[in-house]
Amino acid sequence: MSMQSTDHRTTAQSLWRRNGLIWAGLMLLLTLTLILAYVPMGLLTPAAGIVIAFAKAGLVILLFMELAKARPLIRLAAMAGVVFLAVLFALTLADVLSRFAGR
Amino acid sequence: MSETTGLLKEPWQYFDRQREAGTFGIWVFLASEVLFFGALILTYTVCRIENVAAFAAAGRETNIWYGTINTAILLTSSLTMAMASQAAASNEGLRRLILWCLAATAALGLAFLVVKGFEYREDIERHLVPGAHFGLMPTAAQLFFGLYWIVTGVHAVHLTIGIVLVIRLTLLGYLNKLQIDGNPEIQVTGLYWHLVDIIWIFLYPLIYLPGRAA
Repeated sequence: MSMQSTDHRTTAQSLWRRNGLIWAGLMLLLTLTLILAYVPMGLLTPAAGIVIAFAKAGLVILLFMELAKARPLIRLAAMAGVVFLAVLFALTLADVLSRFAGR
Repeated sequence: MSETTGLLKEPWQYFDRQREAGTFGIWVFLASEVLFFGALILTYTVCRIENVAAFAAAGRETNIWYGTINTAILLTSSLTMAMASQAAASNEGLRRLILWCLAATAALGLAFLVVKGFEYREDIERHLVPGAHFGLMPTAAQLFFGLYWIVTGVHAVHLTIGIVLVIRLTLLGYLNKLQIDGNPEIQVTGLYWHLVDIIWIFLYPLIYLPGRAA
């Protein structure tokens, strides 16, 4: 990737402001997931934990790892892992969950 | 702006290409890491689907304070790592900031391992190690703790590698043996560090949160 192309200079303050905000969001999500874990909502309780984990991971991947402004080649490499993981989960769980449906 | 010609290495002709190749290479490696940890998490998922009650009972036995504090520590280390990486990429002469953020990242990583060590000691004292002296009643709870030891152990190994890499950059930079400003090595190390954090982000609800609402 090329150097910063923005017209304003990158300063320590501008970096702390940007990344501090993302960090605050991550901490907020951590607090939220901790509280929700104690609320009995049936299957929604574990689901909330996973959904919030995806939200936190999304913030880290897109903003801390800067995938949001990465070139297509980089995005493709990142997506490859996720796509094959999705195949792994989909095929395995299709088997496991359909066995349970019959019981 | 610092001069980056000193950072150019064989076989690259241009610095931007070298930076691009480094980033691409680490992302390919990270994709393989996603599959490695993903397979372990899938094993956990299948075991949990088949033993819902035992996993809830086992999850309740983990120490939520150690887990939550460690999650906060790792998320904060990602902040300092992102600061170092972006400051280095900006090439604006923020050397002091970069070195301080790298040092803070390594320190937070070590803090995570110390907390984990206390947690492991408590787990061992409470007989949460699968085997003949396992302390919980449902037999299937051993599946949970078997996976707990494997996944957190492998994660700790990954984190240790990250800490070594970050300390290396900090020391070489501090001793002026390595140009810090504009150096793509910091970005590449940072991407690895963030992945280790992301894996923990997913482990946290799977290990520490089951069975709390009951």
